[in-house]
Amino acid sequence: MTSVHHHLDHATVLRYAAGDLDEAFSVVVASHLAMCPVCRRAVAAAEDVGGQLLEDDGEADLDPGLLDRVMAGLDDVETAEPTPAPRTDGEVPYPLQRFVGGELDAISWRPVAPGIKRHSIRLGGSSSLYLLNIGPGKAMPEHGHGGQEMTLILSGAYRDAIGRFGPGDIADLDVHVEHQPVVEPDEACICLVATEAPTRFKDVVSRLLQPIVRI
Amino acid sequence: MLAALAVTDVQPESRPLADAAEEHKAMMARIAEFGDRTAFKALFLHFGPRLKSFMMKSGASAAQAEDLVQDVMLTVWRKVHLYSADRGSVSGWIFTIARNLRIDRLRAGSSQPYEDLETIEIAGEEPSGEDVTLAGQRAERVAAALAGLPDEQREVIHMAFVEDIPQSAIAARLDLPLGTVKSRMRLAYSKLKVQLEGLQ
Repeated sequence: MTSVHHHLDHATVLRYAAGDLDEAFSVVVASHLAMCPVCRRAVAAAEDVGGQLLEDDGEADLDPGLLDRVMAGLDDVETAEPTPAPRTDGEVPYPLQRFVGGELDAISWRPVAPGIKRHSIRLGGSSSLYLLNIGPGKAMPEHGHGGQEMTLILSGAYRDAIGRFGPGDIADLDVHVEHQPVVEPDEACICLVATEAPTRFKDVVSRLLQPIVRI
Repeated sequence: MLAALAVTDVQPESRPLADAAEEHKAMMARIAEFGDRTAFKALFLHFGPRLKSFMMKSGASAAQAEDLVQDVMLTVWRKVHLYSADRGSVSGWIFTIARNLRIDRLRAGSSQPYEDLETIEIAGEEPSGEDVTLAGQRAERVAAALAGLPDEQREVIHMAFVEDIPQSAIAARLDLPLGTVKSRMRLAYSKLKVQLEGLQ
């Protein structure tokens, strides 16, 4: 049933489970998880590891009044019932919907280079989160990675040195990986990207473009 | 019947891990079904001191840690219907609640992506085929898998999960390149995965 072929790096699975990713990367990972049962199981296993560490790692004496305060607090807590299922059949994964709504078609784009459009999502923190819309057959400017970067494909597909990336696939790349994504000829590729630091472009032309493109 | 016994019994520490994990599931079921405060109290007595220690190791003061313990346990009560025994252990679920509060309060970040995902998982829960008797086995295997890790791998896992140290700070503290910390995490995960497969 699942058509996801490119998964999270296992170091990322652990970082996400431990709570070490900032919001930009958490949104990308959670969006991938919404599309990928394999990585959901991996995260659940990592969270069980967290549970075991919680179980084993030590105890600290509680204030004797805390239990009573918590028990008294129960009366004021309304129990949460399972909420109705959110729409999950579209192209926008649920964790992304709060930022861009439920339809890729309704997103407003800003052209940044011929055939390349961008939609920025403003968050606190130093990492950037944005959507890219890359035209059919277009190559992304080649770049090395200045820091960690994650790209989740939402629609269309590209190919690079690593393989084919289609909807649900995530490119969870390390600093030194260089890839040359080229979008497949028949359809634009829309992807969600988190970057840790400004990406540095390799060749001079791209370097000149960087202030404009701000990828 | 067993659940009722479990709740009133006062020596959980003397029992094997597997039995404790089963009991926690039974307590959750009683809280979800009957709003059973005795079961909730037993869960509090077990997890409260652990959560306080966990929060203090994550950098919280004693007072802050107790506030967080209170909020974690009230969230357990509030969200008890959202816990699915299929998905994993009670301790794993309580860990996620603690982690999310830690992100919001101690890191001043946002746990919203985790909450959004939780909504989807509950809505689209695919049965794992695990029946409840495997819960104890799962707890034992997770514990064994962790214990079986080489020290240097367990150290980075502990720093990340318990001490809440960012990956780059782990590298700085151990005086290692970031890549080495990542490889240790990957190695640790692949060993854990081998142990945990079949339980998922």
